[in-house]
Amino acid sequence: MLADKDRIFTNIYGLRDKSLKAAMKRGHFDGTKEIVEKGRDWIINEMKASGLRGRGGAGFPTGLKWSFMPKESAGRPHYLVVNADESEPGTCKDREIMRNDPFTLIEGCLIAGFAMGAHTAYIYIRGEYIREREALQKAVDECYEEGLLGADNKCGWDFDIVVHHGAGAYICGEETALLESLEGKKGQPRLKPPFPANVGLYGCPTTVNNVESIAVAPTILRRGAGWFAGIGRENNTGTKLFCISGHVEQPCTVEEAMSISFRELIDKHCGGVRGGWDNLLAVIPGGSSVPLVPAKDIIDAPMDFDGLKDIKTSLGTAAVIVMDKSTDIVKAIARISYFYKHESCGQCTPCREGTGWMWRVMERMVVGNAKKSEIDMLLQVTKQVEGHTICALGDAAAWPIQGLMRHFRPEIERRIDEFSRNADLDRPHLVAAE
Amino acid sequence: MTQLKVDGREVEVPDHFTLLQACEEAGAEIPRFCFHERLSIAGNCRMCLVEVKGGPPKPAASCAMGVKDLRKGPNGELPEVFTTTPMVKKAREGVMEFLLINHPLDCPICDQGGECDLQDQAMAYGVDSSRYVENKRAVEDKYIGPLVKTIMTRCIHCTRCVRFTTEVAGISELGLVGRGEDAEITTYLEQAMTSELQGNVIDLCPVGALTSRPYAFQARPWELTKTETIDVMDAVGSGIRVDTRGREVMRILPRTNEAVNEEWISDKTRFVWDGLRVQRLDKPYVRKDGRLQPASWPEAFAAVKAQLDSTDPSKVGAIAGDLSAVEDMWAMKRLMGEIGSPNIDCRQDGSISHPADGRASYIFNTTIAGIEDADALLIIGANPRFEASLLNARIRKRWRMDNFPIGVVGENTDLRYDYTYLGAGTDTLSDIEGASQGFFEALKGAERPMIIVGQGALSGRNGSAILASAAALAREIGAVTDSWNGFNVMQTAASRVGGLDIGFVPGEGGHTAGEMVSGGVDLLFNMGADEIDIPEGPFVVYMGSHGDKGASRADVILPTAAYTEKSGTYVNLEGRAQVASRASFPPGEAKEDWAVIRALSAVIGRQLPFDSLMQLRKELYAEHGFMRTDAIVPAEPGAITSLADRAEKLQSMPLTSNVTDFYLTNPIARASKVMAECSRLASQAHLEAAE
Repeated sequence: MLADKDRIFTNIYGLRDKSLKAAMKRGHFDGTKEIVEKGRDWIINEMKASGLRGRGGAGFPTGLKWSFMPKESAGRPHYLVVNADESEPGTCKDREIMRNDPFTLIEGCLIAGFAMGAHTAYIYIRGEYIREREALQKAVDECYEEGLLGADNKCGWDFDIVVHHGAGAYICGEETALLESLEGKKGQPRLKPPFPANVGLYGCPTTVNNVESIAVAPTILRRGAGWFAGIGRENNTGTKLFCISGHVEQPCTVEEAMSISFRELIDKHCGGVRGGWDNLLAVIPGGSSVPLVPAKDIIDAPMDFDGLKDIKTSLGTAAVIVMDKSTDIVKAIARISYFYKHESCGQCTPCREGTGWMWRVMERMVVGNAKKSEIDMLLQVTKQVEGHTICALGDAAAWPIQGLMRHFRPEIERRIDEFSRNADLDRPHLVAAE
Repeated sequence: MTQLKVDGREVEVPDHFTLLQACEEAGAEIPRFCFHERLSIAGNCRMCLVEVKGGPPKPAASCAMGVKDLRKGPNGELPEVFTTTPMVKKAREGVMEFLLINHPLDCPICDQGGECDLQDQAMAYGVDSSRYVENKRAVEDKYIGPLVKTIMTRCIHCTRCVRFTTEVAGISELGLVGRGEDAEITTYLEQAMTSELQGNVIDLCPVGALTSRPYAFQARPWELTKTETIDVMDAVGSGIRVDTRGREVMRILPRTNEAVNEEWISDKTRFVWDGLRVQRLDKPYVRKDGRLQPASWPEAFAAVKAQLDSTDPSKVGAIAGDLSAVEDMWAMKRLMGEIGSPNIDCRQDGSISHPADGRASYIFNTTIAGIEDADALLIIGANPRFEASLLNARIRKRWRMDNFPIGVVGENTDLRYDYTYLGAGTDTLSDIEGASQGFFEALKGAERPMIIVGQGALSGRNGSAILASAAALAREIGAVTDSWNGFNVMQTAASRVGGLDIGFVPGEGGHTAGEMVSGGVDLLFNMGADEIDIPEGPFVVYMGSHGDKGASRADVILPTAAYTEKSGTYVNLEGRAQVASRASFPPGEAKEDWAVIRALSAVIGRQLPFDSLMQLRKELYAEHGFMRTDAIVPAEPGAITSLADRAEKLQSMPLTSNVTDFYLTNPIARASKVMAECSRLASQAHLEAAE
């Protein structure tokens, strides 16, 4: 279990004073200027050494991402864009940072901006996050007043932060769709390549990072890459905000060490699974887009990128959705399918047409009104969507169904059998002609 | 150049090529829906997926990936692309299945049937049955104007139409609203589209979602006879294909001509065909007792002869209309020569363009394709959007490429690109520098500047002076050099350049068109000049195809063929001679113009020495050899310098375009119901905007 002294987010529950003064007392903005003075290369090397992997879901090494930005500006401004469009069902970590501990993010923006030569950061907040935007905007304003942001600030790097409120579309959490939306266009993902590091916001070099990835950066640089790398296990280092929801006694968002076992995570922080461990049916360990895993596979698995990859799922955003045996697992996945059908942007064919098809078949499978051959057909359809689309939403729509089929195929077959058996009951019986 | 291997075949392609282009270069066929050479890349249909060796284990969209993005193998092997592997085949089948699940099976009643990309590619890359048993999506049809019919259930969301209107037409009228499977193509609040190029979305649509409204349910493509010919609605000379069934023209489609219209045509060109069916003059008429009475050809000729015999040759004249072919004018010029009259004119609008000023003074010297090489543009008294829509599209294309300063003297209207408005009239023209220092410097600093002078500026009393001062300005800014001729006159009539080339202008002591109608002549041959008012006085022999203004003023009507019904040479505004072909036959007793003139010449005892079109052309080519080919012979730029020397002080007057209603510029268009509806909508929009 993570010791209190190793926590990066010291006010994640908002129990303490949220003002800048109080945050500075807790150590934020301590020596930011010194960090900046150590230079770009030092920061990027330190980030690389810390082993921090992106907290938005894909797990791409953050330091490496920063290093992709061109060294010289060549006349074009560089931009840092923070993806605060936290829309993945189950995920509720960035909102806690923004409303309770926003100064971690603001300081992170400044340091990350310096490391990539950007003087401006755009924070794109999800449309539904109204209080979060207000809290973050207030914090940004406080920093401007205190002279920590803006031109000639105390941190030694001219820097502006613009908080931009989205309109509530899931797809705008995809980095290029986010850039389109930020430019005032319709949120539809761009074709890659070119990648944002080369042609991003307004055609300029841009790095898009998750809120948490940016927010942990200042503490890593203050305490040293070695400290961060010492937590968790190799290739899965550091601390991570886990958002546990579903059938546990106390759902919560908690900062924990990477690679903590699932059992420990639930027992220590959530008061255990509702009805005890025997009542656990399945877990979606990384937000709605990752495949579910049944209880027996997950209970003692380490909660990190590689550990979950071994059981054919993914850490994603570490939004752990726990489902006990009262769950209608097929219906749950059908609901997720509906979500992706609803949120597909409609730009490219496989996702636009495939998500609706998958959802409709899933709805029939909930009641068993299907043929068994359709299970394999549905799996094929998910394969036809996966990897054929412009962005990853197609994959995200396909994986939950693939996970369901992998582990709960007998349950679907049972429903189909039951439906066919009952299908005859309400049909009028043939009565001998009288 | 980049080297790569496609299906094991090595090819070398330019660096800017996409994988799709490279594969085509290597002879591999790549299916596609959203990709179009002249539009931006959307990459959304996913039909063009190919396998890239060494890439991620998923197929890549070949239309969106550049060959430069490919990586070499670990030992420096050439990057490899495969288009026939099982992965590619499966991917294509998958995408095709997705496209078809919500596409209605209404091919038997779909106008696209037989020329549908989806049909063709489903045959080639699809599977034979469907696994989709859910309900299909139905989408409400949208009203987007009188020209384009929508059946939106058929839409596959390739967004070609959206990209066309935004990029080529220059007005964002179509868009994709909604998201996911509810995404729909529509105009804002289902308003009618206003672009003059909107008909092109019909050709672009790979399925039957956008089809031609006037042509709806009229014919099947395989029963139509296709004739490649030339358009005469404006002076651009777009390549068109006329599809006929029997005698009737069923539709008009563009024909690719990179030098002129690329692959677009204007709506007037495309939808004018219903005007070819109505208001036709199908038999000769002679005015008796104040009324036009049907007559036979001999009767009509006799009436002309009687009038001619009693008229002094110097009081006989001929005016050629905007749709006359060079051959027609040549025959008329010969006939007038035989009669002994110098009164001929092909400039019914009173333009001062004249062959005596040199060819460079009345053609578009830069050429249409040359616009893309220009680096600054000044438009004087013209509205290219209405006078030559495709030339305007080319200006817009150039403007989109990169920095291209454009200035306008004349009307301040929407030209579909941004420009510096300098002023309304000749006062501005005399002092461009005073109107905008910045623009004048850009124009002067440009390496290949262009000036376009419109017919609106060149018609009327001030025309010569304006032409001269435009030439002087061209000289001042260095628009005419050894390697570049940036002085352009934009003609609006299809017959005009050809007429000027063969000298269909008043001879020594002859009258101009304006003088002829106002008492200069007693017998007037009117070759389809319907835009000029002929007051009481002269005896008018009207030769034309449609019962328009000219016919109702006529004393004798000699019915002739419309442009789709005869073979004729048209010289476009660049000076490019193109031969139009006959697609169908003229109705009733109507005959080709040159043949009518030849027959008349025999009746009046002055027989012309040609019995066939070939003989006529032999004579014509002997004098104007360039008419034989469709290449442009650059005009001698010295003419512009001598014009410039004539520059004088300009009288103050505003400059306006000579096209007031784009849709109704000629008798065929005025006979068309479709054009009338377009004109009504356009003037309505204009009125609303004014309120």
